[in-house]
Amino acid sequence: MRIANRGLLDHSKPVTFSFDGVNYTGLEGDTLASALLANEVRLVGRSFKYHRPRGILTAGSEEPNALVTIGQGVRQDPNVRATVQELYEGLQARSQNRGLSLQFDPMAITDLAAPFLGAGFYYKTFMWPRAFWEKLYEPIIRRAAGLGALSGEDNADVYDKAYAFCDLLVIGSGPAGLMAALVAGRAGADVILAEEDSRMGGRLLAETHEIDGKPGHVWVDEVLAELRSMDNVRLMKRTTITGAYDGGTFGALERVRHHLGSRPAGAPIETFWRIASKRAVLAAGALERPVAFRNNDRPGIMTAGAVRAYLNRWGVAPGQRVAIFGNTNDIHRTARDLLEAGVHVAGVIDSRHDGPTSDNYPVYRGAQVSNSAGRKALESITIRSASGEQNLQADCLAMTGGWNPTVHLTCHMNGRPTWKREIESFVPTPGAIPGLEAAGACNGAFSTAACLREGAEVAARALADLGHTAPDVAQPQAEDDAYEIAPLWAVPGKGRAWLDFQNDVTVKDVQQAAVENFRSVEHMKRYTTQGMATDQGKNSNVAALAILADATGRGIPETGTTTFRPPYSPVAIAAFGAGGTGKSFAAERFTTSHKATVERGAPLIEAGLWYRPSYFPKAGEPTWLESCNREVGYVRSAVGVADVSTLGKIDVQGKDAGQFLDFVYTNMFSTLKVGRTRYGLMLREDGFVMDDGTTARLGENHYVMTTTTAGAGDVMKHLDFVNQALCRDLDVQFTSVTEQWAQFAVAGPKSRALLDTLLDQPLSDEDWPFMACGPVKVLGIDARLFRISFSGEHAYEVAVPARYGDSLFRLLAKKAEEMGGGVYGMEALNVLRIEKGFITHSEIHGRTTAYDIGMGRMVSTKKDCIGKTMTQRPGLEEPGREVLVGLKPVEKDGQVLAGAHLYKKGDEPIRTNDQGYLTSVCHSPTMGHMLALGFLADGRERHGEIVKMVDGLRGVETLCEVVDPVFFDQQGERVRG
Amino acid sequence: MRITCPICGERDRREFYYKGHAVSLDRPAPDAGEEAWDNYVYLRENPAGVTRDLWYHEGGCGAWIEVTRNTVTHEVISTRLVSEETA
Amino acid sequence: MDKLSALSPCAGLLPLTVGATKVVEVEPGQMTSVAPYNGQQDKLSKAMKAAHGVAYPQANGLIQGSDAQAIWFGHAQAMLIGPAADAGLSEHAALTDQSDAWAVVNLSGETAEDVLARLVPVDVRLAHFPVGMAVRTQLQHLSVSLARVDEGTFQIMAFRSMAHTLVHDLKTAMEAVAARG
Repeated sequence: MRIANRGLLDHSKPVTFSFDGVNYTGLEGDTLASALLANEVRLVGRSFKYHRPRGILTAGSEEPNALVTIGQGVRQDPNVRATVQELYEGLQARSQNRGLSLQFDPMAITDLAAPFLGAGFYYKTFMWPRAFWEKLYEPIIRRAAGLGALSGEDNADVYDKAYAFCDLLVIGSGPAGLMAALVAGRAGADVILAEEDSRMGGRLLAETHEIDGKPGHVWVDEVLAELRSMDNVRLMKRTTITGAYDGGTFGALERVRHHLGSRPAGAPIETFWRIASKRAVLAAGALERPVAFRNNDRPGIMTAGAVRAYLNRWGVAPGQRVAIFGNTNDIHRTARDLLEAGVHVAGVIDSRHDGPTSDNYPVYRGAQVSNSAGRKALESITIRSASGEQNLQADCLAMTGGWNPTVHLTCHMNGRPTWKREIESFVPTPGAIPGLEAAGACNGAFSTAACLREGAEVAARALADLGHTAPDVAQPQAEDDAYEIAPLWAVPGKGRAWLDFQNDVTVKDVQQAAVENFRSVEHMKRYTTQGMATDQGKNSNVAALAILADATGRGIPETGTTTFRPPYSPVAIAAFGAGGTGKSFAAERFTTSHKATVERGAPLIEAGLWYRPSYFPKAGEPTWLESCNREVGYVRSAVGVADVSTLGKIDVQGKDAGQFLDFVYTNMFSTLKVGRTRYGLMLREDGFVMDDGTTARLGENHYVMTTTTAGAGDVMKHLDFVNQALCRDLDVQFTSVTEQWAQFAVAGPKSRALLDTLLDQPLSDEDWPFMACGPVKVLGIDARLFRISFSGEHAYEVAVPARYGDSLFRLLAKKAEEMGGGVYGMEALNVLRIEKGFITHSEIHGRTTAYDIGMGRMVSTKKDCIGKTMTQRPGLEEPGREVLVGLKPVEKDGQVLAGAHLYKKGDEPIRTNDQGYLTSVCHSPTMGHMLALGFLADGRERHGEIVKMVDGLRGVETLCEVVDPVFFDQQGERVRG
Repeated sequence: MRITCPICGERDRREFYYKGHAVSLDRPAPDAGEEAWDNYVYLRENPAGVTRDLWYHEGGCGAWIEVTRNTVTHEVISTRLVSEETA
Repeated sequence: MDKLSALSPCAGLLPLTVGATKVVEVEPGQMTSVAPYNGQQDKLSKAMKAAHGVAYPQANGLIQGSDAQAIWFGHAQAMLIGPAADAGLSEHAALTDQSDAWAVVNLSGETAEDVLARLVPVDVRLAHFPVGMAVRTQLQHLSVSLARVDEGTFQIMAFRSMAHTLVHDLKTAMEAVAARG
């Protein structure tokens, strides 16, 4: 019920919304929860396990009960806390976890079965028969239990991520947070003030406290106005600090558009911030805990702090006859606020014997609420005192069991909170998060004056650390009332008294866990599911601990707490993953020939981040194989052109460049002649092959190294390491030139003829023998030419500055086609290299040595190099090692498969008989059958032997002959011709 | 986690690549023997407390950095360039 | 007569304006990576100053001359942008032509800092990232050089092969910032 002249909202700004299809009117500034209460909607959901009717318990993000689904279809957002959701025009909310309607839920029958469904029920019941679990039990349980549902469609919303930096992060904008921000702001520090609510002020918006003789919210507005005027202060509302991480890094979720009805294209709905802060003030306040008594979960029963918040901030009375129950002076504060608003106070039940009395309402001292009654919502309560039990009519019960400081963030780096007897709760342990200090209610200081004082003090200490001088800020005058709590966790008695409302955990469940010897708090938690729901037990964990402590005869500090982990409140996976979906998932690298490649209809394959053409299809070719065979033919009989720019290219210069290369490669490069290219093999320090490629000597002190496409990044890291850590004295500099050059392979018998049409000077065998390199001019442009071959044919690689890449590729393609050749893709490139037994990372896969791949003699005996010592280990040179071989099927149409294993012809194909495996296979149009490269035990001595290839996965068995890995042109005549 | 690159300043951990223990800096002589090489390439301590390890500022300047940090508290105690001689 | 024609890295991708932010491709002229040999940095710096009017930049720095820009580019490396590098510099440093290797764009406008805050894990606010600062960092997944060339303009350099990813990432962030209002 809305009360005139009460609260901070403008009563002239109505907002219409619907809940379960019924239209209602709220006010601008309402949450869905306050608007529902204003419309006297008290039943808002059904509980997780027993489908019990539930109402609104709190007024904040800790809400366990009032979870609703907002919106429809692809924009459907489940499990939204009604206490957080701001009202907007046209908002549509639906209740969850219910049958056809919220009022009548057939699943409520589970509540009758509750005696059988207590703690550990699932563990005990569904053990047998095992096969029933997946098919029967789990689907039923999943249907019965649970929360809201996702739409099942792709998320249509945009999520955003961002980085922020500051000197001081202030978490929470209640009295402590505002004072901290004010002090730091006036000192000129770089401040971020983050507040999860839509409006800053914390409890000052919910209470009637005065500061310096002004209403609290007026003081808040004045402080905010000053903070807004400071360039060095950044106010972030609707922003929850979700986690505290190493080095002063905090995660923060900003709800950008949940409070707005419209979602324009591209507009982010949430922004996930990573905030790096030198110091932090935790001023997150405290969360009120309910009291466990029989049927304490009935709609209409809520925390006393929430009742005051609805009344004082939103101008809503959650009931017309309100009873109040608790163990601190807050009960009287609640009664006073209600009376002032003209709401009838049915009675105040004080569990303490020595609490204050009142002339304005009945006070039951030394009494407890032992039960509640009402159909779907509260109608009466039972009060138990020394004189017996009596009923009291009430449609709302405001209860308080005391306040729990919001210590969560201080536990995110494995810190444990400290028990503070005076407030019967945990407070942050100082130093738990380096650079963060707690102030105010979250530090166990509950009066307004104490909050203001601690906020200022903590900020001053942070400023001193940061080298700022704290300004003189007058301490505002405010209430400094005593808290005076007496422990009250659970009211003894029969029936179910609820602790964890969201996961339906009762006092009895926790006691049962203790009886069954789940005495450790972590075991109790998992056995009962206490605190494991989306609210993480924010208002129930401490009470559950107290019950466990009592049941096990220990004190609460000895019982300990469970671990609070990030995030503080639920964060959508989409928000964590913001900036990483779709094309933002990874960068794409395109060669300069990319456009022409796509225009030719080539399917692309990924090689690292690069996209390369698989093959270039032509009309009339039914599958890729026909295209591939044709392209192989270009190279073997005419001329083929391929973009090889993706290979890593590293420019190495300096007077010690040769010596440096000698150290990173197994073979010698200091002896390479200028104008020549040499194949090199690079090892890891453990002796296994890391990468390979050709290196050209362009000048006395100038080399250009080639790496594999996939290995380029790792090689660069490795070279940097060797240079910076192991060879500091060598005078060598290197830098990647992969991006500078567009490089194309021109391969085949007609390659020279093709290049002669483009080069300023024709090529000759005398000037350009195999492995020559040097500068040339391509149509007048300075270029580089390398006579190297990955196909075994007479071939070149020509490199031009990348700006000319597109142009040169198109020209080369055109010329090749005129000469009976054309462009070729990765499939053909792979066939060409397998036919020649050239290796790739399929063979140098991290477990093979130079010896294994037949290059043992490339490890120079004249010098040390990375990996040399370890490659000489006995185990790496022993007979029996699997070494590189070629394999061809005995039958011409026999199939070979990469990944298949090799066995002796007569052996059973089992692990202990394993002889090796296949790494690369292809269909060779040149040879007319399939070919494979692979590794076979002692394979070099077994050429001519017939072995059995078995692919157990695909069910293929093929007899193969072991041959030399070089299938084609073993003398290498074509490459030199 | 934040790491101070001696060249670039304090940066987010995401800019760095992790290699492993800083023992990699102390490469034995080729004839140092099996044990020395085994220690260098394979054997690693797993201390609860202060350790030194190597990070590469891959998303930054390309420097290799020795980071002294505490594996229990995650505190970064100091950083230095591996290219600079130790005192 | 056959002839090779040139394409810039961002050809067909830029310029782009979204909300209050604009990205344009910069035609940088020659770009030469300058990596001083051991102990040669001071001599190199003097030679650069004499030949091009710009010294070798300090770490995280950029020196803008009348027709040359010297921008710090990483561990023992700077980039000389504008003129062709004087051949005499090769006495003191490894010189490598990188004129075609990097896409160079300028990002400007009132919300440029907000756009970068969504992409780059460094503090780009003017007080912390003044004119003349040039860092190596990551823009989303891209290794970039990021420099503030004047109060309202950032120069961003990324690998040529990733130019379209750079533009995609900038555009996505620009749209998010613009849509937030």
